[in-house]
Amino acid sequence: MIRVENLSVRLPDFALNGVSFDVAPGEFFTILGPTGAGKTLILESIAGMVPISGGRIRIGGRDVTDLPPERRGIGIVYQDQALFPHLSVIQNIRYGLRYRPKTAGREAEIDRLVQRLGLQPLLARAVVNLSGGERQRVALARALAVAPEILLLDEPLSALDPNFREEIRDLLKSLHRETGITALMVTHDFAEAHFLATRTAVISGGRIEQVGPVTDVFRRPVSPAVAAFVGMKNIFEARFDGGTAKTGPLELTLSGVVDSLRRFVAVRPEDLEVGLGPPDAGRNGLNRFSGKVTRIDHQGVFCEIRVRCDGLIWQAIVPTGRLVDRGIVEGDEIWIEVPPEKIHVM
Amino acid sequence: MRRPDPFHALAAASTILVVAFIVVPLAEMIRQPTAADLKASILDADVRRAIWLSITTSGSAALISFVFGTPFAYLLARRDFPGKRLVESVVDLPIMIPHPVIGIAILSLAGRQHWIGRLAADLGVRVMGSVTGIVIVLTFVGLPFYINTVKNGIEAIPQRLENVSRSLGATAFGTFWRVTFPLAWRSVIVGMILCTARAVSEFGAVVIVAYHPMIAPVMIYERFTAYGLRYSQPVAVWLIGVCLVLFFLLRWLNPPAGRART
Repeated sequence: MIRVENLSVRLPDFALNGVSFDVAPGEFFTILGPTGAGKTLILESIAGMVPISGGRIRIGGRDVTDLPPERRGIGIVYQDQALFPHLSVIQNIRYGLRYRPKTAGREAEIDRLVQRLGLQPLLARAVVNLSGGERQRVALARALAVAPEILLLDEPLSALDPNFREEIRDLLKSLHRETGITALMVTHDFAEAHFLATRTAVISGGRIEQVGPVTDVFRRPVSPAVAAFVGMKNIFEARFDGGTAKTGPLELTLSGVVDSLRRFVAVRPEDLEVGLGPPDAGRNGLNRFSGKVTRIDHQGVFCEIRVRCDGLIWQAIVPTGRLVDRGIVEGDEIWIEVPPEKIHVM
Repeated sequence: MRRPDPFHALAAASTILVVAFIVVPLAEMIRQPTAADLKASILDADVRRAIWLSITTSGSAALISFVFGTPFAYLLARRDFPGKRLVESVVDLPIMIPHPVIGIAILSLAGRQHWIGRLAADLGVRVMGSVTGIVIVLTFVGLPFYINTVKNGIEAIPQRLENVSRSLGATAFGTFWRVTFPLAWRSVIVGMILCTARAVSEFGAVVIVAYHPMIAPVMIYERFTAYGLRYSQPVAVWLIGVCLVLFFLLRWLNPPAGRART
């Protein structure tokens, strides 16, 4: 439905280089990346709002590369909603209708959309007096009212209060299910992508690092940048030899033999086991090392703890209850265990 | 009680001084003419004609600025292009050039020795000593104020609003009329007021291009040099009065910023 081929954009202080990906009809696709990675630039290139220096963009089989934004069949929803401040809610929603052919069922469609998004009581209101969640629902209605071929979402949840964020996130998910519209969302929040999308492209520094199903990217990141982005906090350079990886002084046993071209190991913080005392206390697991707790950050139900083992700092996420049960405090000598099957190699 | 901070005391003192510096001469000028002088002056058809000419020519300059300056201001606010800085400095030139020099510069185009002057003459357009000449001069001096004000106004409108409008099917033109212009309207009005105000106050350039027909500042100058202070003051008071009324009227017609017109 959307095909981006070799897209390049040159700005004075930033560049997109050879970005390519496909979005299937009806798919919810996300572009993931840290702030400043070029995500919004990709979105605005698809929308035709920035001049591109190379590549082709197709929407629904049409080559739209040389078309102005108004002829691309897109709907766009911005983080800050970008509602027209001089128009009322209903005027915002109906803004694009004059550019569409008047079809028989159109008014009924608009009514249904307004009902579905719960905007009926707000129609006459000025948009400046709406809450963040209401504003985002109006922005969605305005974009969907013109029946676009694709829906572009630029961090639509980022600027919302946490309670509105959940509401709009759920709404996006159910709207996507009901309408079957092709959606492309830009976000820096992996959890959002996980919740909403089937596939994702991870972008960093103006290029795509990895494209694939969200769960694949989550479990098998291809580079340290992607690994860090999906929350693998323990990423170390390593030398590989058959079934082992040497990271500094530590030798990790892997769950299988890997080729020696790999260069990194990565472990999710929630996959580490920790316990008080020397490494041989309790059952004798593989990859168990002694270390010292340098820091504990309480985050409610979970704690993030940092453990120094022979110069490497490991980060583990442990249920607060378990930490308290085991009596672990900052400065303690403890053991950590890295289960071989949880070690990801890149 | 706290001792006043010396810096704030200094700031307060300079505020009073500056306000007095501006208000006292103006107030004195308004106070000095007698009611009889003022009445006699406004009953003089020449005075009324001069004030009216000042207002219509300045208003025309503002309208011309609106027509040609608005798309230009949009371009400056929204696009980056090579030499943009240079173009912006060019726009500011009329603010910096001494006023008689502006008059001389315009005359050097208007004469028979220049092809533009010959073309204008062939078309029956006279610049020297004509209303056309006055309007040209006033537009020249007023345009920068209009363009800079509207440019700032458009820059303050998020470009995302225009992007959304385009995505919903509006052309660049449609977007300008339905989004940018309604939101920039206030700065357009302010720009026209500034442009008119600047044009009304112009003397040096006009007096070179068109001593006659006489606009109010030229008439004030003439009466001052020929008859002295007492004879020129009432005309000045009327000019100021009429302009203030006009500006307040425009402000009043223009709804306050940020209020949605639904």
